Amino acid sequence: MKEIRVSAIIQAIEKLCIQACYNLGDDVKNLLDTAREREESPFGIRILDQLLENINASRENQLPLCQDTGMAVIFMEIGQDVHITGGSLQEAVNEGVRRGYQKGYMRRSVLDPLKRTNTGDNTPAVIHYEIVEGDQLKIAVAPKGFGSENMSRLTMLKPSDGVEGIKRFVLDTVIQAGANPCPPIILGIGIGGTMEKAAFLAKKALLREAGKPNPKPEIAGLEQELLQAINNTGIGPQGLGGRTTALAVHIDTYPTHLAGLPVAVNIQCHAARHAEAIL
Amino acid sequence: MIKSIKIPEDIKLLEDLRAGDIVQLSGIILTGRDAAHKRMMDFLDRNIPLPFNLAGQGIYYTGPCPAAPGKIIGSCGPTTSSRMDSYTPRLLDLGLKFMIGKGLRSREVIGAMIRNKAVYLAAAGGAGALIAGCVKKAEMLAFEDLGPEAVYRLEVENMPLITAIDSLGNNLFEIGPKQYRL
Repeated sequence: MKEIRVSAIIQAIEKLCIQACYNLGDDVKNLLDTAREREESPFGIRILDQLLENINASRENQLPLCQDTGMAVIFMEIGQDVHITGGSLQEAVNEGVRRGYQKGYMRRSVLDPLKRTNTGDNTPAVIHYEIVEGDQLKIAVAPKGFGSENMSRLTMLKPSDGVEGIKRFVLDTVIQAGANPCPPIILGIGIGGTMEKAAFLAKKALLREAGKPNPKPEIAGLEQELLQAINNTGIGPQGLGGRTTALAVHIDTYPTHLAGLPVAVNIQCHAARHAEAIL
Repeated sequence: MIKSIKIPEDIKLLEDLRAGDIVQLSGIILTGRDAAHKRMMDFLDRNIPLPFNLAGQGIYYTGPCPAAPGKIIGSCGPTTSSRMDSYTPRLLDLGLKFMIGKGLRSREVIGAMIRNKAVYLAAAGGAGALIAGCVKKAEMLAFEDLGPEAVYRLEVENMPLITAIDSLGNNLFEIGPKQYRL
């Protein structure tokens, strides 16, 4: 049994929130570089250049990459041999978010859904807890902007729709989203499980190193096929036309019921921010 | 070719821009997004004059991050313009001359743009740190209680934009993707 104090969790989350919003990972930057080399559209080239310059401007001038520093989505993988002490875990997570958004001068975007009154400190976070084997606590912070979140969709397909139905739904979602989710995008796709499981898989797939294929060859093949089809739409960077509409497609699957085929598509903009730590 | 435009001096030039024209914008712009638009509608519905004049002005759809000490403004890229679509025709009819944002606009907005010879300029979504570097001055103008959604008056220099929809209704979001569709 390993003891982890909530104070360590607060500190870790504070740091991860800032790190995620200020430093885009090299995985995404490399994909943007490659896309820039291949892009043919003059508008596309111009936009991709600006996005690459933005990454440098963010690092050099110490500014968040994007003003939509998102709603904080936190994935906690808690080893079953971990004992958390010193206070409430949920409170600790929110305190970390509160401090991170304040210290990092990040935008407070969280509000009551009906009254629309801002909570003022970007809490509460959306927290996903998973109990796993071992004695470690793995924390992933993924601030999610809503330009892209708003364009995400979920459907309950019929088993007869099959893989073709999945492809149609994904492509249709991307085409309907058009310029709005700040393409080039990264897609997280969850297939199977139940309604909420598919959505969870889609969100979690976005944590994967950008462009890294699913370990199962048939799923990796579907990822590549969809990436190609999405880039053939011509939507392009910011929807102004071009070869780069998506940088990567990440699919995760889970067994489902014999009567169903849930599919969730979570759209992520090019500011695919996430930061991880293990305690 | 890049067209340098200074606001308010060159406001008349905006209606001659065509979809696809690259623009570097300098001068004065106002900010406003969801909550500020809703507030403006409330004012107009109750026949209360707006606390700022929109005629001959432009609105940049953004909700900046708070400015760190010593900085003029925080990250301030464009937000999705279509969320403002239901409010925009009314503002265009009041003389709003240009909008800066990202993403598509509705048929109603484009109709009102043609009617009022207004233009819609696209900024690179997600380039908030880059655009913050173009902001030379920022002052709170109205609706301070809306926090990040308050209306600011910005002075910008060489803000990089692309003419997305022009005053004739030509729409780069339609023209551009068609050229690259396979």
